[in-house]
Amino acid sequence: MTDATLATRKPFLSEGQRNGLIAGGVLALFIAALVVATQTGTITRNDWIYKIFVDPFVSMVDMPDLLVQTVWEGFVAGVLYSLIALGFVLIFKASGVFNFAQGIMVVFAALSLVGFYEFLTLTMGLPPGFVAAIVAMAGALGIMFVLAVAVERIVLRPLVNQPDIIMLMATVGLTYFLIGFGEYIFGGSPKVMITSQLGLPTGSTMLDFAGGRINIQHLDVAAAVIAAVMIGVLGFFFQYTRIGRALRAVADSHKAALSVGISLNQIWVIVWFTAGIVALLTGIMWGARSDVSFALEIIALKALPVLIVGGFTSIPGAIVGGLIIGVGEKLGEFYWGPLLGGGIESWLAYIIALMFLMFRPQGLFGEKIIERI
Amino acid sequence: MFYRDAGQYKTTYQSDMAIFPLRQDRIGILVILALAYVAVPLMASDFILKTIMLPFLALVLAVVGLNILTGYTGLISLGTAGFMGVGAYACYKLTTLFPEVNILVWILVSGFFSAAIGVVFGLPSLRIKGLYLAVATLAAQFFLQWAFVRIPWLYNYNPSGAIEVPLRTVFGVPVTGPTAAIEVKYLIALTFVVVLTWVASNIVHGRIGRSWMAVRDMDIAAQLMGIKLLETKLLAFAVSSFYCGVSGALFVFIYLGGAEAGTEFGIRLSFIILFAVIIGGLGSMIGSFFGAGFIVALPTILKFGLPAIGIAITGAIAEKIVVMVIGALTIFLLIVEPHGLARLWQIAKQKLRVWPFPY
Repeated sequence: MTDATLATRKPFLSEGQRNGLIAGGVLALFIAALVVATQTGTITRNDWIYKIFVDPFVSMVDMPDLLVQTVWEGFVAGVLYSLIALGFVLIFKASGVFNFAQGIMVVFAALSLVGFYEFLTLTMGLPPGFVAAIVAMAGALGIMFVLAVAVERIVLRPLVNQPDIIMLMATVGLTYFLIGFGEYIFGGSPKVMITSQLGLPTGSTMLDFAGGRINIQHLDVAAAVIAAVMIGVLGFFFQYTRIGRALRAVADSHKAALSVGISLNQIWVIVWFTAGIVALLTGIMWGARSDVSFALEIIALKALPVLIVGGFTSIPGAIVGGLIIGVGEKLGEFYWGPLLGGGIESWLAYIIALMFLMFRPQGLFGEKIIERI
Repeated sequence: MFYRDAGQYKTTYQSDMAIFPLRQDRIGILVILALAYVAVPLMASDFILKTIMLPFLALVLAVVGLNILTGYTGLISLGTAGFMGVGAYACYKLTTLFPEVNILVWILVSGFFSAAIGVVFGLPSLRIKGLYLAVATLAAQFFLQWAFVRIPWLYNYNPSGAIEVPLRTVFGVPVTGPTAAIEVKYLIALTFVVVLTWVASNIVHGRIGRSWMAVRDMDIAAQLMGIKLLETKLLAFAVSSFYCGVSGALFVFIYLGGAEAGTEFGIRLSFIILFAVIIGGLGSMIGSFFGAGFIVALPTILKFGLPAIGIAITGAIAEKIVVMVIGALTIFLLIVEPHGLARLWQIAKQKLRVWPFPY
């Protein structure tokens, strides 16, 4: 056997698997030590170690209904984070622009929907109800299309080939513009989403579960279903249509796509419009859960750690990342938050994301970063 | 005509590498300093000092700090306001714990607290870069903002949750607090800015600054040349956060006179500072000043300037219009000159050199 074959022989475990095994072993040892220490009385209920590492898990097992309720709430929040992140990913894939304005587009879309509805029912005299809601939705979609064209014409085209940070700043500028514009047109006061007019279910169901009850809002179920359907439709659109193929080509390489005759400008309009549709649906879901107001802006920032976890370029990553962040955040707030005085939801998502980054700098589903000199 | 380099011979390496190689530039900077130290406090009204000069001087250090990190080292940070908050709260704690020590010392020392926090949150920059790092620094922003609200020890268990700047004197002259004269505050802030800018300018023109720029241009290549990435990046974070910390201390102690827990140092301020860095020009000291001046002056000009030229806007709408115009101007400036106001300044100087006979 020569040295060359020796060198290329596959190791029994890859590096990642070995690291995983080591980490798992350390974790198992730690848990075993905790169990032993608790049983022998080395750690009492008042020790901080007990409070951090044992107590939350004990209460999870003791009260499974609360656990399921928390996970469900995290799941629903995660779906909404996923939808915002989805808008980011669509635009980042197609144009390499980190669209900071996606969160504001959500608010703006929801505001224009409600604004249109008010205009139709109050000024135009349409009877309030499903028809007016659908017409208002068409109007809001029209606004998102105009926005997409305007952004492509006014912002993206002159700034093509600029460094990432310049593009990021341009979308931050767009954010400010949309905030000012939206408040100027629609006023700063929070609005109520037209939930029932759109035919979305309201109300809630109590489920008996393991000795407790779980409260499930019908709207949340609808949100999850609509999100799933939309992701399915988007997947179909990307996989099987002509425009979808063009979009994927642009995502792979701008130059190669240009060389086979795909119009980048047209693709950008389409992708911003798609992101606008996603924003409108997200806005409806979110607006139905709370008010439609610019306070949503801060929540939209939560989509950023989702992107870190999932990777900037992966649609499944946005979904999985959103669910991880949503569930992790709610669990952390509910079980560990009181130890720190509460309110840790505001930064826990980022810490979770940072922990993922330590192991996978490109996110869970992101493309592997290859560095060349 | 008067701005010529003809006849100025550079006979040594030092004079060739000088920051201001032209005699006219050196005279110009002295004139500006003289104006800033003598003319402005004498001539400017309290209104101008209060609404433009003080916030400008306080924020310009943060812009310089972020420029060191983003412009010179290429690490994007969105946690600037958080680090500024660390400086402000550290200064508040220090001066209430040790009131006998000169407040100016504490303003400077609070920068070191901020630097330490900055190094901790800079650690991820070793593994992640670019926009991923920008998002990671948001962790610092939100965590610190949370800490300012949730840790009552930081604001001395004040029931209102705010910090109020106590009266402190230097040589018997009140410097901070409600009774301090605005001219005194202005001179103090100006001195901090001048000295720290001089230090920063020397750092970025020296060995450290060059290693930062090498890391910015390509970190792997820099590593191959023998630059230690760990130390260089963390040093950039430390120096940058130091400037942000001093800026935050000045912002609260000299300009605001008090801060509500967590509201002053929010994510918006981080973005405004990043905006100032980019509008001013990445990797340029003079650009930091232009950028800071721009962001401080613009809202004031819009609010008081538009009615003056006949466009009547009322208070509530004015806020919205201002936000809108800021957003639109950002995009406009980025399209017209992505390299920032510093680049325009350079072009203007170049034109002036050959004026009035450009051929």
